[in-house]
Amino acid sequence: MTIKRVGILGAGKVGIVLAGLALKAGYEVRISGSGSVEKIDLIIKTLVPGAIASENNDVVGNSDIIILAIPLSRYKNIDPALLKGKLVIDATNYWWETDGIREEVLEPNSTSSEQVQAYFKDSTLVKAFNHMGYHNLQEDARTKGNPKRKTLFVTGDDRTAVNEVAHFVDTMGFDQVVHYDIKDGIMTEPGSPLFGASLSYKDLKDVLDHFDQTEFGKKVMAAKLNR
Amino acid sequence: MVDVNKLEFGIETFGDIVANEDGSLKSAAESIRQIIHEGEIADQHGISVIGVGEHHRPDYSVSSPETVLAAIAAVTKNIKLATAVTVLSSDDPVRVYERFATLDGLSNGRAQVMLGRGSFTESFPLFGYDLTDYDDLFNEKLELYDQLRKEKPVTWSGKFRPALKNQEVYPKTEHGELETYIGIGGSPESIVRAARFGYKVIIAIIGGQADRFKPYIDLYHEAAKKLNMPEYPVAVHSHGFIADDGDEAVEVAFKNIKANFDRIGLTRGWAPMSREQFDNETKVGSFYVGDPETVAQRIARTIDLLDLGRFDLVYGAGNQTVAQRERMIELFATKVIPRVKEILKEKEAAK
Repeated sequence: MTIKRVGILGAGKVGIVLAGLALKAGYEVRISGSGSVEKIDLIIKTLVPGAIASENNDVVGNSDIIILAIPLSRYKNIDPALLKGKLVIDATNYWWETDGIREEVLEPNSTSSEQVQAYFKDSTLVKAFNHMGYHNLQEDARTKGNPKRKTLFVTGDDRTAVNEVAHFVDTMGFDQVVHYDIKDGIMTEPGSPLFGASLSYKDLKDVLDHFDQTEFGKKVMAAKLNR
Repeated sequence: MVDVNKLEFGIETFGDIVANEDGSLKSAAESIRQIIHEGEIADQHGISVIGVGEHHRPDYSVSSPETVLAAIAAVTKNIKLATAVTVLSSDDPVRVYERFATLDGLSNGRAQVMLGRGSFTESFPLFGYDLTDYDDLFNEKLELYDQLRKEKPVTWSGKFRPALKNQEVYPKTEHGELETYIGIGGSPESIVRAARFGYKVIIAIIGGQADRFKPYIDLYHEAAKKLNMPEYPVAVHSHGFIADDGDEAVEVAFKNIKANFDRIGLTRGWAPMSREQFDNETKVGSFYVGDPETVAQRIARTIDLLDLGRFDLVYGAGNQTVAQRERMIELFATKVIPRVKEILKEKEAAK
């Protein structure tokens, strides 16, 4: 599939940064907030001129790829039928400061992306853009081959979809380390040495390859054994 | 266009615990008393405003900033007394009005309210609020505060607080209105909201390049115009450290700001700050660190770039000594501020 039109659900800090990057990369960009178009119209016009402020239906209906850029605790506000058959990038994380107590948002024995995927069961979910801070995303995007280029982690169960998203990430200005397991999303969640970090390909891969030796990795492993 | 003669400069502290020369830590009580003294120094040197944060954590000494500001009021003459910020979402707007109106009275009209949602969330469980109501709490309480600020009888009802019927609140201020800012972390919705209420705006730029905020400042002005509300020059607050020697400043700042950010990161899941990140922040980002000339050049650039009316430097992050903190305030007042004004006047003349 050729991706030409990008749809972003969420007009907050992350959604706006990603809209800016996508415009720069030459995509047609639609973006929606939680409320009416009118509520975000001026924001979009001023911050990311060229992006189309719209509502969820139009954003999803007229885009080749969808980015979820909302607080994790709000994903159930979106009707799963709306995203049926879509390729969806999950840029969300469990973040207690906005989402509240983990047990109230997530099941104890699974990762956030597994649950988002389970909810949007007829969509193909790939996790990306979740672990780098939004101002790094904005400032560190570089063209391919630039020695200062940083790297994003891309993971999901569907191999073709993951490769498509990896290519998309490339066009947005980042190298990629790719895994083919949605559960590996946990490797870049808050608490991971990769969360909030902006790293080169080598440094990112290095941490991922030795993940079980990190403090966070040990905790994740221990939790798995207790399942 | 920046009006150099009207520019304001402030210092802000979150009430970090002060260190002794041997590296051991002072008590919270000693740290609070140190802030009073620093307010005095800042006032003597003509700094426009001191802001004190509200936190409910072991690493910060101040949970009740208006009390600290009241003590500063008693030993100062001109400096404005601000909170940085008052976490309105978990407070009672009536109490907020009363505390500030009292501070305003005892300081001869120098109280300045800075309302925010706060970047910390400890106050939510502490005062019995639910984090998932984050946005609703702030919106509702801001509506009520806005009515109280008019200092007329208020009739109001909402979700999170008992209703008020034709209720007067006291004391009334001498100028009829508390000067009020809204503190913003960079959420576009917050900017539009501040414009909608017609309040002044202070943006916390705590990471990344200031350039990134230019469109946000345009957004504030555009929103104010569209909503037919007053427009004010925007204020910015950022972290910094100044010492006579530039290299020393960088090392002290790295140790302390890193320790501070990493400790916070621990509870939020951020990776520790790398030297590369820190150096980037001090060179082109939002940490204003170095000798007075270096810091002045960088502050002047930001003020000019973003067309600001006020710049506040956050001081004392991590565990700094009395000597480091006081010297920084002196250098900011006596070297940096005059130099920033000079640079901006030169720029203006060259235009």
